Amino acid sequence: MATLPVSELDIIRAYGPHTSSMDRVRSSTSVEPDRLVKTHCCFCGQQCGIQLRVKDNEVIGFEPWDDFPFNRGMLCPKGVKRYLQGSHPDRLTTALRRDPTAPSGFSTLPYEEAIARVAGKIHELQAAHGPTSIAMLGGASLTTEKAYLLGKFARVALRTPYIDYNGRLCMVSAGVGNKKAFGIDRTTSPWSDMVGTDVIWVAGSNVAECSPITTNYLWQSREQGARIIVQDPRATPVARTCDLFLPVKPGRDAALFAGVLALMIEHDWVDHEFIDRHTVGFDKVAEYCKQWTLARTAAETGVPERSLRTAAEWWGQAKTSFLFHARGIEHHSHGVANVLGAINLVLASGRIGKPKCGYGTIVGQANGQGGREHGQKCDQLPGLRDISNPEHRKYIASVWGIAEPEMPGPGVDAYELFRKIDAGEIKALISLCFNPLVSLPDNNFVRRALDKLELYVAVDFFLNDTARHADIVLPGSLQEEDEGTVTQVEGRVIKINKAVDPPGDARQDWRIIQDLARALGREHGFTFQSPREMFEELRVASKGGVADYSGITWDKVERNMGVFWPCYAQDPRTGQPVDHPGTPRLFERESWNPVAKGAGPFYFPDGRARFNVAEHRPPTEEVDAEYPLILTTGRVVSQFLSGTQTRRIGPLVKQYPEPRIELHPRLAEKLGIADGEWATAESRRGSVTLQAQVVTTIRPDTIFIPYHWPGAKSANQLTISAQDPTSKIPEYKVCAVRLHRAEGPPPYEKVLEPQQ
Amino acid sequence: MKPGHLQFFIDPSRCIGCQSCVQACTECDTHRGDSMIHVEYVNRSLSTQTVPVVCMHCDQPTCAEVCPADAIKRTADGVVQTARKPRCIACGNCVMACPFGVPELKLERQIMMKCDMCYDRTSVGKKPMCATVCPSQALFYGTREQIEQLRPRSIPTNQFQFGKQTITTGVSLMVPRDGPRPEVLDVTAAMDTEPTTRARSGASRIPGLEVLADPFAEIEV
Repeated sequence: MATLPVSELDIIRAYGPHTSSMDRVRSSTSVEPDRLVKTHCCFCGQQCGIQLRVKDNEVIGFEPWDDFPFNRGMLCPKGVKRYLQGSHPDRLTTALRRDPTAPSGFSTLPYEEAIARVAGKIHELQAAHGPTSIAMLGGASLTTEKAYLLGKFARVALRTPYIDYNGRLCMVSAGVGNKKAFGIDRTTSPWSDMVGTDVIWVAGSNVAECSPITTNYLWQSREQGARIIVQDPRATPVARTCDLFLPVKPGRDAALFAGVLALMIEHDWVDHEFIDRHTVGFDKVAEYCKQWTLARTAAETGVPERSLRTAAEWWGQAKTSFLFHARGIEHHSHGVANVLGAINLVLASGRIGKPKCGYGTIVGQANGQGGREHGQKCDQLPGLRDISNPEHRKYIASVWGIAEPEMPGPGVDAYELFRKIDAGEIKALISLCFNPLVSLPDNNFVRRALDKLELYVAVDFFLNDTARHADIVLPGSLQEEDEGTVTQVEGRVIKINKAVDPPGDARQDWRIIQDLARALGREHGFTFQSPREMFEELRVASKGGVADYSGITWDKVERNMGVFWPCYAQDPRTGQPVDHPGTPRLFERESWNPVAKGAGPFYFPDGRARFNVAEHRPPTEEVDAEYPLILTTGRVVSQFLSGTQTRRIGPLVKQYPEPRIELHPRLAEKLGIADGEWATAESRRGSVTLQAQVVTTIRPDTIFIPYHWPGAKSANQLTISAQDPTSKIPEYKVCAVRLHRAEGPPPYEKVLEPQQ
Repeated sequence: MKPGHLQFFIDPSRCIGCQSCVQACTECDTHRGDSMIHVEYVNRSLSTQTVPVVCMHCDQPTCAEVCPADAIKRTADGVVQTARKPRCIACGNCVMACPFGVPELKLERQIMMKCDMCYDRTSVGKKPMCATVCPSQALFYGTREQIEQLRPRSIPTNQFQFGKQTITTGVSLMVPRDGPRPEVLDVTAAMDTEPTTRARSGASRIPGLEVLADPFAEIEV
């Protein structure tokens, strides 16, 4: 049973979100800490270096870490206040079981008993319905070691193909596009390559709010002469002072890229030598782009012709350049096509694999990169290996000590997993680091599916919004209570260090997973004593894969303040042991990689990159007379993902307490909605009533709602569950809605605090 | 003693309004929970433009000049300190008089409080907290040589005109080289200017071409 045990308000009263504040010892910086722990922020993929001030097993504050090369002490407001997630009144310190007779809906139970209950129920369900009746969801905020362990646990201990992770909502379009074009899925260059370039193209990335530290790289590059092009339906803070703003209509990015490439070809602003020597498929792409005349591109994308012309001129004639994109072009039912369109611009320019020339994706989550490389993605095995490839299966099976036929095949994406729950195929779900009720699209469907589960086990440090539906909750660990590695936005593997011990019965997530394996009687391969041991096995498992970590050790990571993968233990050319320095910049002309074996710089047997026809198709749900507006969703700077942590940190809640509907004054006038008034947005799937924010910084045909809030305030009640056919990323950035002025405040306004 | 060669520079064109400086400022022991730096939208309905305001640490601080209790001191190294608790009578004169709008009256504490450039940090050679964390480096702390080398597109200015009063400050404001560049920035005149944006489709980098907001003027509802 996964319905709520008692009313939602009763659960909120007991488990929050309540907000923390600077209190007790944390209200004084004059308290001398016992020690400073050098580590990284627990939030986004920038992974800023930070020092935590620790006293008596409590994180009491922070001190900038000036020496860490990526951020040099810089932090966004989330990083500054991240320490307030510790010692929190909402913290889960015991295991819980669903109990409709308890006032809070849950009663505590001894940890070992909780583990035994979960294992017993899994046995029962698997005996009745087979191993595939159990599913697992992980997350890209987990360390690489944990992500690796989860993938192994699902396949070896649960024996189910059904594992996926919340990176499905984040990185997958970029991942698929990168693999199709380059044969490898990683940002190609360190961020330092951005400074000193002629042009930077920012496609669908609200840098100022989602990856604030990148802003200084942008501005510094501009100081040194770069022109900055921003492609976005909103005039975001970095768009405000950019050199060229492309106000693209949501869902038209592939058309924009095709139109610009057509202009570049028309003016012969392409690098023929590079295209001939290092790529295949240009002719087909050129042929496709012909139809995207200037007039048609402008009409389809909503970007004026002169701006498209300027973009082509600047990008086409630059000597050095950097293009990066984020969810803005990726969160679409044609997300992969959008990514490939962007990559085509880069490949046509030939400006990749050289100093001051780069391409990258801004990862959203702490371990957006590492979390997808090593096996919690439904179709991958460690080292970016393919679970359908017989050779890859054989190798990983040998590392894991199982026979290859025992290894389950590919599973399904996180959303499809809920469809299988809805269809009754999956009976049990274990989730860790995932809050699907807030983060998945069309979440009214997700709620209905949750109700059908016979067993829902949530591992978390707070009772997140989805975990309220759980049968058993296991108390996990905060990032600062464990150690391990993550791979940040540039592909740099860095070390997370432990600052404090988990409180009460709470424990490190990897211990919980191993305890489950033991209780299931399947502990073989799950007896690691530390994350370091897991990393050592991961080194072996990743060896020979595209994401080869075999030459990376924790010591090397700490010594060098990060190591860029691939990093080999043995020179793949000679087989001799090597102290490999890692690979900050991919695709350098004379570089050698184990796929091309010297044939060229890209990760295909012929060493050549692939142009792919990036066909523009309209979004799944177009506006019409009934639902005439486009809804697009995204983040605000003070909140992170589903807000499980950041909606519990008082100063961050205060900065931007509740979601608002952003709309243009001309639209507001037409609809009779004034700034600050309550307005209701409705789609075919749900509705939400929030206060309006009337601003000229958004397209008049589009409204924006940030997605970090749950329940009645959730933007994802409206969004559509359409997905990209290959990457399976949901279309968060476009659906059709209508908007009207609300008669008054919604019922939640009187009973819920802003963060709830 | 704050090392004399280290100075504070503000470049509002870089500011992204993230409030990191504000959040970091509230961490300081002397004003725990309160920020001494303000980041305000100029006019959010028209633009995302924000302005970070720290104490400008004037050579001849107006706040100190108007203080009837002589509670505001300027250190020998040029830092204008927050009001001294035993002296401050919370009259609010300084709040009214400061041309930059920096001091704030904390009624519950019965004292005026303002930015003292993290004197606990800067006096031992560290950077102020706001300039350390600022992700856009709109707030920069370093030497004049560093800023000149890092920011060739703008020049530091520390003279401001308010009506008939000219003020020289310890903190400098970065002024774009490609715009009008008077010796003294006339703040009174600038008060009447609407927030601007370059985020207009098709705007080329022409000096002085800063257009009024509505980057979507050409798009129909």
